[in-house]
Amino acid sequence: MLLLTCPCCGVTAEESEFANGGEAHLTRFGPGASDAEFDGYMFARKNPRGVHFERWRHAYGCGKWFIAARCTVTLEVFATYPAQTTEPPIDVIDQIKARRPEWEGYA
Amino acid sequence: MSLRLPKNRQPNGGRLIDRAKPLEFTFNGKPLQGYVGDTLASALLANDQLLVGRSFKYHRPRGIVASGAEEPNALVGLGEGQRFEPNQRATTTELFAGLKAISQNHWPSLEFDIGAVNTWFARFLSAGFYYKMFIHPRPFWKHVYEPFIRRTAGLGRAPDAETRDADRYEQIHAFCDVLVAGGGLAGLTAAMGAARQGKRVILMEQAQFGGRVVVDGARIDDRAADDWLADVLAALLALPNVTLLPRTMVAGVHDHGYALGYQRVADHEPGADKPRHRLWRVRAGQIINATGAIERPLSFAGNDIPGVMLASAMRDYLVNWAVVPGKRVVIVTNNDDAYRSAIQLHEAGITVAAVIDARPEARGALPARARALGIRVIEGTAIHHVAGGKRVTGVALCRQDGDGGAISEHIACDAVGMSGGWSPVVHLWSHCGGKLLWDEAGAFFRPDPARPPLGHDGQGFVRALGSANGAMQTTDVLADAASAFPAEADDLPGQAIEAEPEGPLAPVWMMPARAQYPLRMKMWLDPQNDVKVSDVQLAAREGYESVEHTKRYTTLGMATDQGKLSNINGLAILADALGRPIPQVGTTTFRPPYTPISMGAIGGEARGAIFQPLRRTPLHDWHEANGASWEPVGHWRRPYCYPRTGESRHDAVMREVKQTRDSLGLLDASTLGKLLVKGPDAGRFMDMLYTNMMSSLKPGKCRYGLMCNENGFLMDDGVVARLSDDAFLCHTTSGGADRIHAWMEDWLQCEWWNWQVHVVNLTEQFGQIAVVGPNARKVLETLGSDIDLSCEALAFMEWRDGVLAGIPARVFRISFSGELSYEIAVPAGQTRALWDKLIAAGAEFGVMPYGTEALHIMRAEKGFIMIGDETDGTVIPQDLGLNWAISKKKEDFLGKRGMERPGMTSADRWQLVGLETLDGSVLPDGALAPLESVNANGQRQTQGRVTSTYFSPTLGKGIALGLVHNGPDRMDEVIDFLGEDGKPVKARVCDPVFFDKAGEKQNV
Amino acid sequence: MSEPVSALPGFQAHGLVDLAEAGPCGMITLRGDLGLPALAAALQRELGAAVPGQRRVVRGQRGAVAWMSPDELLLMVDYAEAPRLTSALEAVFAGAFVTVADVSDARAVFTLTGAQVCDVLAKVCPVDFATFQTDEIRRTRAAQVAAALIRDGDEAFTLICFRSVAQYMADLLATVSAPGGEVGLYAR
Repeated sequence: MLLLTCPCCGVTAEESEFANGGEAHLTRFGPGASDAEFDGYMFARKNPRGVHFERWRHAYGCGKWFIAARCTVTLEVFATYPAQTTEPPIDVIDQIKARRPEWEGYA
Repeated sequence: MSLRLPKNRQPNGGRLIDRAKPLEFTFNGKPLQGYVGDTLASALLANDQLLVGRSFKYHRPRGIVASGAEEPNALVGLGEGQRFEPNQRATTTELFAGLKAISQNHWPSLEFDIGAVNTWFARFLSAGFYYKMFIHPRPFWKHVYEPFIRRTAGLGRAPDAETRDADRYEQIHAFCDVLVAGGGLAGLTAAMGAARQGKRVILMEQAQFGGRVVVDGARIDDRAADDWLADVLAALLALPNVTLLPRTMVAGVHDHGYALGYQRVADHEPGADKPRHRLWRVRAGQIINATGAIERPLSFAGNDIPGVMLASAMRDYLVNWAVVPGKRVVIVTNNDDAYRSAIQLHEAGITVAAVIDARPEARGALPARARALGIRVIEGTAIHHVAGGKRVTGVALCRQDGDGGAISEHIACDAVGMSGGWSPVVHLWSHCGGKLLWDEAGAFFRPDPARPPLGHDGQGFVRALGSANGAMQTTDVLADAASAFPAEADDLPGQAIEAEPEGPLAPVWMMPARAQYPLRMKMWLDPQNDVKVSDVQLAAREGYESVEHTKRYTTLGMATDQGKLSNINGLAILADALGRPIPQVGTTTFRPPYTPISMGAIGGEARGAIFQPLRRTPLHDWHEANGASWEPVGHWRRPYCYPRTGESRHDAVMREVKQTRDSLGLLDASTLGKLLVKGPDAGRFMDMLYTNMMSSLKPGKCRYGLMCNENGFLMDDGVVARLSDDAFLCHTTSGGADRIHAWMEDWLQCEWWNWQVHVVNLTEQFGQIAVVGPNARKVLETLGSDIDLSCEALAFMEWRDGVLAGIPARVFRISFSGELSYEIAVPAGQTRALWDKLIAAGAEFGVMPYGTEALHIMRAEKGFIMIGDETDGTVIPQDLGLNWAISKKKEDFLGKRGMERPGMTSADRWQLVGLETLDGSVLPDGALAPLESVNANGQRQTQGRVTSTYFSPTLGKGIALGLVHNGPDRMDEVIDFLGEDGKPVKARVCDPVFFDKAGEKQNV
Repeated sequence: MSEPVSALPGFQAHGLVDLAEAGPCGMITLRGDLGLPALAAALQRELGAAVPGQRRVVRGQRGAVAWMSPDELLLMVDYAEAPRLTSALEAVFAGAFVTVADVSDARAVFTLTGAQVCDVLAKVCPVDFATFQTDEIRRTRAAQVAAALIRDGDEAFTLICFRSVAQYMADLLATVSAPGGEVGLYAR
């Protein structure tokens, strides 16, 4: 059971206070999008062995969504940050690279 | 025979027992006596009860082997009635007055067991027996094999199905910097070191504080270990940052420093007004694995006969409980430590007939002392076999380096102490991914400090110390433990330690080294599951190369003890048979819990009334007092109907529908979700959430709306009221409020975070009462209100705020029944007051409360859909004839793109229709309409299914809603549905609106 | 208006801690930018309280304010005062992106007092009470339902949950504070 720090209320709490929301930083494709774009948005999810960005909601706490950068192999949590961004902030990228020099970077 | 030494024979008199406090207990009904401080095992041995059970497969007699959690044999049924529990280890059960234990896995009696004939057929019950035997013939499985296996397999007896556990259980969350697992020399030293650095420390010890330090006879700081132990415990207890938990086992180590501790609060005092077990849910910065080591048995023929025991366990029983396993003992070993047992037994006056040492030479300090005491040491020798049946009568010896062909000597004895070396208890290290390395010198796996389990910060969070870390000599244990939290000054107790050094051991996996098959098939690796050396070798010959596969094929280590004694020995045999080094074969996976924990502790307090939360509306108590028959809706409980005395549920529902349609009914609608959506961008947001256009709704008006997910599938519906230019109140389904609230917040926080919209969940702020029926307006007017409730002033699909019956209220004129209907929202704390007034004022109209079933029938009569009945997560609004509620003008809304996919726009979809049976009967819920054709898998194809089905008292016949292939184009067609009995029921496709299609009843 | 009825009027239990339902409490949800000067001014004027920092509770002369999330406060006042205060704040923030809602009836409020209060709460809440400050609010769960805890003092907490689960909460807390369940983790 993971230990996560909510960047919105500052609480470090066990996983049972949170709800997972799947892959982060998806781009929404709505009307006018091609079949391929819509398919990618709806169904194609990353499942990396290693660095991953995922959405969490502090469901039993402040109710806010945030994003966790996490290693799917070791479960190391590199950083958590508020959800109001379309890609990982630079400082988060730097933190991950410091821990995983071989990481190919956010794509 | 095993016995308790009198006080004058043993200087300490058994350090853990209090001879002044005798206790009575029974084993298989036989009254026996022990002392306070005994375990059940020590007390049984004190009464010469060597035979304690029967093995799983051959029903072989089984005696106590160990003194702690690793015990494979001494499993008993404990207690009776509501406190009966099978498979309890006698070695870890504290004795208490009146304890009742029964042995297991035998019939008719422990002494005479018919199942023991299996042992004569052992040749045919070898590894993989179940796989090989029970495959053919297939028809035998159900009626012959399965009943036979069920009757004879399994250890112990489950409590009766009707029995309820009399005890209570609980859990607790705890946090610390350092969690120490194990209160032996290493654990106590580490705890003291951490505490002195100011860290918050929790120390859990499953059995005796001090671990083996006292029985090993060490002296610390020039004191006997017992005195040192008392001082350290007193010092730790006095520290405010240390929590010492006796009778508590660290059961498992999990991700990110999470550990479960299993505290047996009151096992030793049944009936005390205490929780029996408490599960500690600990988050620790660091976990110290100071769980010690377990002695390994040796594999020689007859090593399963009662009286054969671990040499260290003999020492434990002697020192701790003044119990000896026999009067004439033989020790067999491959290492020096076993000599400590021989010496202590000798000093207690027990005859140690010989120490059989498999090593060519035994020249260390301990063997020398044994010799000096006059104990005979026989080097380079193995036990050829143990003689005896239900107890040991002697041993036959042979050369260790031979094949067992020539017996060199017979020695009479009544107990055999064996020691094959020690294995660190690495379970906790391994639970969360810590890796092991093979230690050649010690012939054991120990934690690899370079590959620890990793925590949330990517750093190792478990550290093994002491013998769990492979430091087997007492002096090394202390040095290792002290290094974890080094003190600045040398004020730490336990600096100076005296213990006799041990010489090197020689790995011995089989006795003699090249034993022939007749001997190998009598060498037990796993005495509980009856797995022998020959079984593992057979598995290797049959191609089982993976240790995990071999484990499952032979069942080695799969018994309740999870192979604590057998794993390493079995793996060495496998490695030898495969011709590979041991580390290359590897271990099986260590999984939590370390020993079984009770289901009660896992469930904690969640039993009975608090098994799960029950949500209650403000009217719950009224419903209960008025005979409601309940229906669960999410965590809510809603009245299904209100049967009167002698009335069936069906009749009650019919009465409620009729009275509501004829005059007046009341429904508790408080469970409906009520979400306030407010802000400058609220209209824009509502247009994205709902398929309809909501931004055009005028304040004071209501509109029915649909919500879809991005696939276009319908997920919720409800009436939206526009409160003001910048505010909407969204009603959701009863089960959907929290989900839809989270859904809205998701879009606002993660996608449209610049939009100025707030969502506030007001579901529980308001109780809501539906006042329904031709007399609805009259009864409200009787109550008195500043709201003009006339048809013109408060038209259908409008709402007003005001005061009703003296209570601030919001009145919605909306209808889910087709009747003249108002839904009245009032503060939850005043809902009961309004309900009481409505019941009183409605008396003149014969008012009746109605439940969810009447609600369903009335909505189905009107063809209104219900989320979860007509929808199942694959239904789009277009399937339900709801195209009118899908805006054509909006460029975008959630689900719009999904609905444009070819599969959604196909003309081939199943669509909503009404269904009337030709004979007036009620179709079964969920009934399918089969076709003659079959699909590619040979399954019958279908053309529709029933989604809602009721007897309509209004129409006097069965009505149903269903999804039918091209349904709306097939009006009046008669199709077959499958009835309850599998026979077809003919139903005519019709309009889903069965009643008052023009809406005349609600528009009055 | 009828007499307000709280979720479990008069509920009390006495075990390892003293447990009581607090009766009707006025509560107002206020959502918006917590840095708005108008917000600070309104709270000072109406309650005599400042805007609380992250996870803090500020107690003013006429009510308390608790930090619920980065854009949400919970105002706690007399039950009878809540409707007036709601209207007053709505007027103050008319046209601004601030939402005010009276939620006085949506919740149940319990008080827990006694030397073993942390041990009892730790049985149901995954919270470290050693670092839990007085006048701090921690939103978490109590066993299977959401709850907010406010530390009123060394041995006193207020627990707020949804009204519909008040009976569950009362049964839960009474169960885990039954005598015999002493733990000795925080209380020693």
